[in-house]
Amino acid sequence: MTDQAVAPGSVTGVVPDTNGRMPRRRAARSSGAVARVGWGIAGVMALLALWEAYKLLGPADGVTVGGDGSAGSGVILLPRTHDRAMPHVWDMVARLFQPTSGAETSPLLVSVLEAAGTTLGLAAAGWVIGVVVGGILGIAMQRWRLVEWGLLPWIVVSQIVPLIAFAPVVNALGSQIDRAGVFPWPQWFSVALIASYLAFFPVAVGTLRGLESPDALHRDLFHTQSAGWWQTLVHLRLPAAVPHLLPALRLAAASAVVGAVVAEVSIGLRGGIGRMLIQLAGQASSDPAAPWAPTFGTVAIGLVAAAGVALIGVTLHRFRRGEETR
Amino acid sequence: MNAARLPSWLRVAAPVAVGLLGIALWFAYVASGTAPRMLPDPLAIANEFADRTPLVAEAAAVTGTNALLGLVAGSVAAVALAALATTWRPVDGMTAPLIAALAVVPIVALTPILNTMFGASSQFGRQAVAGIAAFVPVFVNTLRGLQQTRPVQRDLFRATAANGAQTFRLLTLPTALPYLLTGVRVAASLAVISALVAEYFGGPADGIGTAIATYAKSGRAALAWAFVAGGIAIGLVFFLVTSLLERVVSRRLGAGGPPA
Amino acid sequence: MTTPTTPAVHAAGIGKVFPSASGEVTTLTGVDLEVAAGEFVSLIGTSGCGKSTLLRLIADLDTATSGDLTVFGKTARRARLDQDYGIAFQQAGLLPWRTVAANIALPLELHRWSRPTREARVTELADLVGLSDFVARYPDQLSGGMQQRVAIARSLAASPQLLLMDEPFGALDEMTRERLQTELARIASETGAAVVFVTHSIPEAVFLSDRVVVMSPRPGRITDVIDTTPGRARDEALRESPEYFARVTAVREALHGTPLQRANER
Repeated sequence: MTDQAVAPGSVTGVVPDTNGRMPRRRAARSSGAVARVGWGIAGVMALLALWEAYKLLGPADGVTVGGDGSAGSGVILLPRTHDRAMPHVWDMVARLFQPTSGAETSPLLVSVLEAAGTTLGLAAAGWVIGVVVGGILGIAMQRWRLVEWGLLPWIVVSQIVPLIAFAPVVNALGSQIDRAGVFPWPQWFSVALIASYLAFFPVAVGTLRGLESPDALHRDLFHTQSAGWWQTLVHLRLPAAVPHLLPALRLAAASAVVGAVVAEVSIGLRGGIGRMLIQLAGQASSDPAAPWAPTFGTVAIGLVAAAGVALIGVTLHRFRRGEETR
Repeated sequence: MNAARLPSWLRVAAPVAVGLLGIALWFAYVASGTAPRMLPDPLAIANEFADRTPLVAEAAAVTGTNALLGLVAGSVAAVALAALATTWRPVDGMTAPLIAALAVVPIVALTPILNTMFGASSQFGRQAVAGIAAFVPVFVNTLRGLQQTRPVQRDLFRATAANGAQTFRLLTLPTALPYLLTGVRVAASLAVISALVAEYFGGPADGIGTAIATYAKSGRAALAWAFVAGGIAIGLVFFLVTSLLERVVSRRLGAGGPPA
Repeated sequence: MTTPTTPAVHAAGIGKVFPSASGEVTTLTGVDLEVAAGEFVSLIGTSGCGKSTLLRLIADLDTATSGDLTVFGKTARRARLDQDYGIAFQQAGLLPWRTVAANIALPLELHRWSRPTREARVTELADLVGLSDFVARYPDQLSGGMQQRVAIARSLAASPQLLLMDEPFGALDEMTRERLQTELARIASETGAAVVFVTHSIPEAVFLSDRVVVMSPRPGRITDVIDTTPGRARDEALRESPEYFARVTAVREALHGTPLQRANER
């Protein structure tokens, strides 16, 4: 879930790569962006072409290794090319415009967009909570070395272990609390909470890394200005933290989306895209192209979330001068 | 605030203290009677774990195997594609946006589709998801590692008339190896997490994730948590092994980071 | 309040010892130095002689382990809190996300000057260092010499009566270096500030200073003080004058510890 290289030997976090190289100029960057989009489209086209080519040329029963022909034996290396297992690309697209279920319902595309919107909203809520909590924790860890020593190892460990395993338990916990009347705990809150739980860890680490990134020269400079901790935080550490924070925010957004979808699946949240994924997959034998719609929807949610963070990055571009573009 | 003033044993003592405090608070919360039934005390969980170890181990084996197969397959594919991408720019151009997109979308959401394609009784869907999740960090890090040779070093090899294969074997590969292993370390945790989470999306009724979901739903709290502990154990094992590998190789190569 | 007779820096018996893995390192010992108000003093010596350490002590970036140090009659810490000095390092240390104007204004912002006063002062300073046309640029758009000029402007922002400079021209090429030396000499005389200037370069020290303090290492101490007050203005012609060359030789001899044999004396 990281799209930036991690420095060898570092336990977490990404390193903005400056290495003393000169930053690329603005003009090159925008024409580069157009070229990259073009290549991306070419890549997607290539994937689609690969899909259809396999359907056309691949063995009808797929490739199974070590089986005796009965269902479920052996290791399936390549799928069957039947339309039920692998619908045509155009079938997937066409299905989007057909009714969701039964003649009176809205097109599948609309249902998917609604569900995706719901999930995106929950993921966004989780992301905001996670970012706020993670940011505060990061600042606290920078301020007091003891807090960093006490908490950071646990934060690092939590990024390694499958925390998401807690999802079913959190939901069960939440519904118990709700039924006990302690305070209202609607189902969607469990989703947002799980999403925020996944989002807050990379933000805490990224914030700490970024706040500690200014070198001795700059710290000495502020010391000579007799600037206090708060002034140094606002004028030096926070601006310097931006290049470290943005990858963390992106990772947090991706984590929040995963958390939201997984939470929805364990909870069976109505109106969310997770539930739609499971439902339509269950009907896949009669409606093979349908499960692809919420899958594309989920992909779209991830991309929109990343685009949102990229937008934040654009507004903060002043603090990213000198950052490597790749 | 000054690290110089804090004794260094606190580095170890502080997180241990926090951990112990957390467990103490947990015990207290459960003992107070206000905790929901879904949150048993740590002792009950430990007991269940001890009683049901074979059950947990069996589930862990399934999830762990899926994660391992995914990690290996994903890493191999990633290294191959990264090598290809550094050699031919069109490959690099096409894959870069796709990998960037892959890094931000929930890969586990592909599980239902994969289960349909490969059959719901197959573990392949989960292995594929773990593989794709592992692919991304290994690809990104290997690609970066293959580009880390410095111009002065490349000039040296050129001046001594080394051919492409020699330059690759003696310069590019040793430079890239630490980055590759870092990518594998990151990928290991992702593979475990993905293999586990994929179980929530369907497929055969085995594995740690399915067990957690089943027992949580049926209200057997301590058992569900015991399986959670099993999942954490797998994650730690994968992390420790790949970290060790990374450290050993980096030390032998004398490398370990970008040049200062 | 500082009276005209209060020395900018008064150091008596200054010593600095650093603990290290292999025991203690005596970086400075028995340093006695007085810098009068408005005087330009250079510290020169080989690596490890403690010149940068002495500067850091004056700047209150470190504390002396022994001896007495006052800046304008106050403790170094008080002088720092009162912002009595400005400092420039070898790397310009500009904040990459701020324009030239914002970088120069940094000390003023930190001390809460009002915006109109800040902007007026920035214009003045940019003019002083010859960068009026570049105030809206970002550091990555400037050359090394220009970045250093911004750093110098920043160090002058609060009109300090003492400038501390740690090899500010060390990372620049010779031509830019000579140009900036002339500018610094002009700025120092225009503002009347005292300057403590650490350098590796003998010609630079002689050109800029009223006195050159020669230091040597192990342990770091002052071995000689050479008077280099020029009898004339500090301009390009000074670099060609016989007195200049004589003083350069004097400093070189002091650094080497032995008199040198000149070519025409063999």
